Amino acid sequence: MEAMMPVNKSVPAIGMPRRRIVGAYLQEARSECLRYLRAPGFMLPMLLFSTVFYLMFGVLLNHGEASRYLLASYSAFGIIGPGLFGFGVSLAIERDGGLLTLKRALPMPPGAYLLGKMAMAMVAATIVTVLLLLIGVFLAHVVLSWGQMLALLLTGMFGVLPFCALGMFVGTLIKGQGAPGLLNLVYLPMAFLSGLWLPLSMLPRELQQIAPIWPSYHLNQLTQAAVGLNKGPLLGHVLALIGFAVGFVWLAARRLRRHG
Amino acid sequence: MNSSTGVAARLVAVGKSYRGVTALDGVNLQLRSGQLLALLGPNGAGKTTAVSVLLGLLRPDAGTVTLFGQDPGRIQARRRIGVMLQHAELPPTLQVGELLRLTAGYYPAPRSLIESAELAGIGDLLKRPYAKLSGGQQRRVQFALALCGRPELLFLDEPTVGMDIQARQRLWATIRQLVAQGCAVLLTTHYLEEAEALADRVCVMARGRVIHEGSVDGLRARVALKRIRCLTTLSVDTVSGWPEVSEVHQEKARLHITATEAEAVVRRLLDADPQLRELEVQRAGLADAFTELTRDADEASNSAQREAA
Repeated sequence: MEAMMPVNKSVPAIGMPRRRIVGAYLQEARSECLRYLRAPGFMLPMLLFSTVFYLMFGVLLNHGEASRYLLASYSAFGIIGPGLFGFGVSLAIERDGGLLTLKRALPMPPGAYLLGKMAMAMVAATIVTVLLLLIGVFLAHVVLSWGQMLALLLTGMFGVLPFCALGMFVGTLIKGQGAPGLLNLVYLPMAFLSGLWLPLSMLPRELQQIAPIWPSYHLNQLTQAAVGLNKGPLLGHVLALIGFAVGFVWLAARRLRRHG
Repeated sequence: MNSSTGVAARLVAVGKSYRGVTALDGVNLQLRSGQLLALLGPNGAGKTTAVSVLLGLLRPDAGTVTLFGQDPGRIQARRRIGVMLQHAELPPTLQVGELLRLTAGYYPAPRSLIESAELAGIGDLLKRPYAKLSGGQQRRVQFALALCGRPELLFLDEPTVGMDIQARQRLWATIRQLVAQGCAVLLTTHYLEEAEALADRVCVMARGRVIHEGSVDGLRARVALKRIRCLTTLSVDTVSGWPEVSEVHQEKARLHITATEAEAVVRRLLDADPQLRELEVQRAGLADAFTELTRDADEASNSAQREAA
């Protein structure tokens, strides 16, 4: 046994060069994007839900300003999907399947797991927004400036993050295959109640009044502003979304610490 | 610091309970470089909890846990370990090579992709998506992920479940090679022949305690029984009357005898039945020793409960 002792000393490289740490974060994000882009069963529902709805209601049934309004509201609807499902379903399944446990045991840089999933959700949300923009511009003939398109894309890219946090929280409540069902119970009513399917003005007055309690309401205000329909101040909505994000991350972190 | 040189992992008086159920009760364990320690015990004995505590997945209620003298929660300590868990569903759509590159990226000085793949015998699988592999192939990929970071300490939890005999033998050969290079290995397994084939030391757990720790031979020696098998015309009743014999039963035509002194019994068997054929004498295996030990521990704990009641 004594002869084995020098082994520990011969491997002094415990410190990790910064370049390798950055590389590990990038690899994690790349893997996370690749694995879901290759999973049509996961991507297609996220991409098709909002685009098919928009084709039906924004192109076939409505024209003109209604199409513009619906482009913004279905963008909000489409952006929420990758956040909720990309985070929630994968976290629930990976907690169940032991992958999260393995990653926690491995020397993965702290946060790489969550940042990887965030990157994946941002890519997916951007793809959804691009598809909706293409349909809006070429099929529904909504006239948008380059600046408006860019604004909608950026809203999608960053607007997905609070819903990542909500998805993460739901993913800590349930394990395995039950997650999609539970997430739909959050997703669909929340979308309806915050005016993503029908304009809020068509809902009963009480529902209109409580709409600001839903994070999706605030995202919709931002997408409406991006396409030029909401001229009101936006800072409040941005702060509300940041607040939701912080709150859900806090709740999720608490549950993960307690229950793993 | 000098006293801990070469110690890869250490548990000192570690206790852990979940909702009032004691999973670990004052467990001491030490694993040095170049050593393979097999952690054995029936289900619920506390093996998984012990491993989880060592990996920093669980915090112990009492005692201290160190990996290379550091808290296992520290990433610096975990950069020196490799892990193969019993259950881990890896991303199904990623290719084997992508999984290896991703995991190797966590470590400061990993093995090359080719070296890891060859050590685990998966050189031909690198381009295949993980989900398309058989159970045994997936297990080998997980083994490759465990060793790709050039770890000084490997955690292997039931590594050969689902592998065919050839794959198992190859994996054993690789494990021996790594240990010879100075890697420490903590193996948990249900296959006692695996522990027998690989381990320098075995640690048997039951009910959250370490009930035996020592060499494989030492564990076997704790059970002095020998097994004798033969084809004979002698009846079970006749043989069971002999003083050295502790147990006799018949399976088909064959008589199975368990005895403390095999030599005396064999002499007497040959005298009594000159036609006796196919005589076999075996020392008790690890399995017998293990059964005996855990039964003793159960009895001890049951009688303790009776006394308390």
